[in-house]
Amino acid sequence: MLTRARPNAPCHSIWRPLFLAPPLVALCGLVPAYGIAGRAHAAEAQAVTANAEAGVVKIGNFTFSPATLTVASGTTVTWTNDDDIPHTVAAKNKAFRSKTLDTDDKFTFTFTASGEYDYFCSLHPHMVGKIFVKAADAGGAS
Amino acid sequence: MANSGQNGLDKDNGVSRRGVLECMTWAGTGVLWSILGGIPSSLGLSEALAAPQALTPFTFLQISDSHVGFDKAANPDALATLREAIAKIKALPKTPSFMIHTGDISHLSKEKEFDDADQLIKDAGLPVFYVPGEHDLLDDEQGKAYLNRYGKGSHGAGWYSFDQDGVHFIGLVNVVDLKAGGLGNLGSGQLKWLEGDVAGLSSSTPIVVFAHIPLWTVYPEWGWGTEDGARALSLMKRFGSVTVLNGHIHQIMQKVEGNVAFHTARSTAFPQPPPGTAPSPGPMKVPAGELNKFLGIATVHFVRGGQPLAIIDTPLAS
Repeated sequence: MLTRARPNAPCHSIWRPLFLAPPLVALCGLVPAYGIAGRAHAAEAQAVTANAEAGVVKIGNFTFSPATLTVASGTTVTWTNDDDIPHTVAAKNKAFRSKTLDTDDKFTFTFTASGEYDYFCSLHPHMVGKIFVKAADAGGAS
Repeated sequence: MANSGQNGLDKDNGVSRRGVLECMTWAGTGVLWSILGGIPSSLGLSEALAAPQALTPFTFLQISDSHVGFDKAANPDALATLREAIAKIKALPKTPSFMIHTGDISHLSKEKEFDDADQLIKDAGLPVFYVPGEHDLLDDEQGKAYLNRYGKGSHGAGWYSFDQDGVHFIGLVNVVDLKAGGLGNLGSGQLKWLEGDVAGLSSSTPIVVFAHIPLWTVYPEWGWGTEDGARALSLMKRFGSVTVLNGHIHQIMQKVEGNVAFHTARSTAFPQPPPGTAPSPGPMKVPAGELNKFLGIATVHFVRGGQPLAIIDTPLAS
């Protein structure tokens, strides 16, 4: 839904980063460590609450979000493309590779082995993300 | 005419305002390339149309990023705007020798998209030289459909060279086997081929290199550059005139570095925002009725005799 806002008047887009910049700078200046740690922690907490069955990654504005998702082994992760431009989801180690995802298309993959999975969009390789798969110790689904 | 009694100052103002308006018009059409001795320069399409008898023994045309099949808000009918571009080409006072298409012919590499594009482009009645964009390699076999259709006589993923009127043209492919976190990529196989391709050429041979993604780094944050582009350019250092024509970023950008002139063409489908001015490089929606000012074609003139290439960017709306 956020991405729907993107095709608005270009001047709006042009100015937005300028307005955003000062608060970000201020935040980093005051409590940089807290900001970064808090963010990582939030992502992890979200993954845990998302339970061991489903993980969700949105593709929008040429970014994967969350950029890093931590899930328990056995979790199925679904990527959805919210952009007006097609993308793919391709693991660096070739463990998975989606077909081309047009707008609203989805790709799912179930992670059965723990480890770190770096992935990227093979069309726009500056788009990168990571799935961190933990052994299913917390949930214990069998 | 109503202002005929006004003084020269007002007249000057009138002229410069017109100049400004012409510049603005460029911001949306196409690029007409004219090779004038060796260095490229660009003119407004209106100028090109107004001066058909200029010294242009040899011209060719560049179109790019047709994205046939794209139907989102930024342009619900990319085929219609391609049709307009072709009509513009057919209306040029001097018929170009040929056309190059710098990739993203289709949006999703579907047979129908390629068919529709071919049908329209054929209507221009010009030989066409293609290089693929990343959107042209989305078939299940990752590029086979493109090669079957456009790759006759090419090497590897579709690169090749040819000569026309003393100019050496090189079509490169930098959209294959892209690496995580990286930019466009030529690869060692293609670079080796390139080295051999230019090895026997005299340094006075004008070179025109074309590829989809810019060979120079425009904006790495959005992937707008080519990882090993500098290696390709280093192979051309000894040449007196090198012109690099790209697409991909859906807007005109130019740079001259030594003997090398870089130029990117507009799309015929939709504009993209200038680097860093939006949250992402996604399609830019412009106010209704303005789209054709952001789309276009390019014509290049070549005139033998040590002068620059003249590149004319022509918006679809003029």
